[in-house]
Amino acid sequence: MNNMISLIFITIGILFNLLGCIGIIRLPDTYNRLQAATKCVTLGCCSIFLGVLFHFGFSDAGVKALVAIPILFFTSTVGAHALIRGTYHFGIKLGEKSVKDDYKDAVQ
Amino acid sequence: MKYITLFILSLIFWLLLTFKLTVPNIIVGTVASVICSLFFGRFFVTNVYKLLQPQRYFWFIVYLFVFIWECLKANLDVAYRVLHPAMPIRPGIVKVKTILKSDLAKMLLANSITMTPGTISVDIIDDNLYIHWIYIRSEDPEVYTGIITGAFEKYIKRIIE
Repeated sequence: MNNMISLIFITIGILFNLLGCIGIIRLPDTYNRLQAATKCVTLGCCSIFLGVLFHFGFSDAGVKALVAIPILFFTSTVGAHALIRGTYHFGIKLGEKSVKDDYKDAVQ
Repeated sequence: MKYITLFILSLIFWLLLTFKLTVPNIIVGTVASVICSLFFGRFFVTNVYKLLQPQRYFWFIVYLFVFIWECLKANLDVAYRVLHPAMPIRPGIVKVKTILKSDLAKMLLANSITMTPGTISVDIIDDNLYIHWIYIRSEDPEVYTGIITGAFEKYIKRIIE
């Protein structure tokens, strides 16, 4: 039973990771690509960690996987923030489809 | 006081991470926790007695469920935009004003916003958050402030402030 649940979680995780990768290829500019990269890949990895937890139970490896989930959440969100802010300050423009840019005034 | 709290928290974290209750492991963990709390204690929450108030934990659990729900919605949203042939995106950076005051609360809000559908926090300047939004649904500042921060702000205010 646990094996089944862990397989389902790992499958969902791989599926979300795949969607994130498709997003990185299809979306037009850096900022939108970061959206796909952060959200899908974070949830995908968390889902894989949950699968690992169900596979090993509350043992050595399982608890490590559980502890890794909040660490991954904080690091990936902070990493995305650092990347997107760095991109803007580096001078890369928003894509052609963009409709609004409030941050321009704040930077100057 | 906050150094001691941080020391205890990091020791618990270390024991969870290594998951072994042997004497050498605990000694290494103690040394590492002391070093950590000496370096990072000044960034820790200023009023540690707030950690002892139970209603904050209750709101934290409520917030956790709201957060997981928003996170799932975010992923389905990105999946929809990525797989749709016409790619319905309308990106831009909007400015949102927050009512939260402390640094920790602002950090938690920015992190939560990053995991909600279609938004990434770019920067925080004073009380304003700059949010990159993949599909701007409204031009009115009050409406989009409600959409972006409304789900989390009240819970974070109850948890931290």
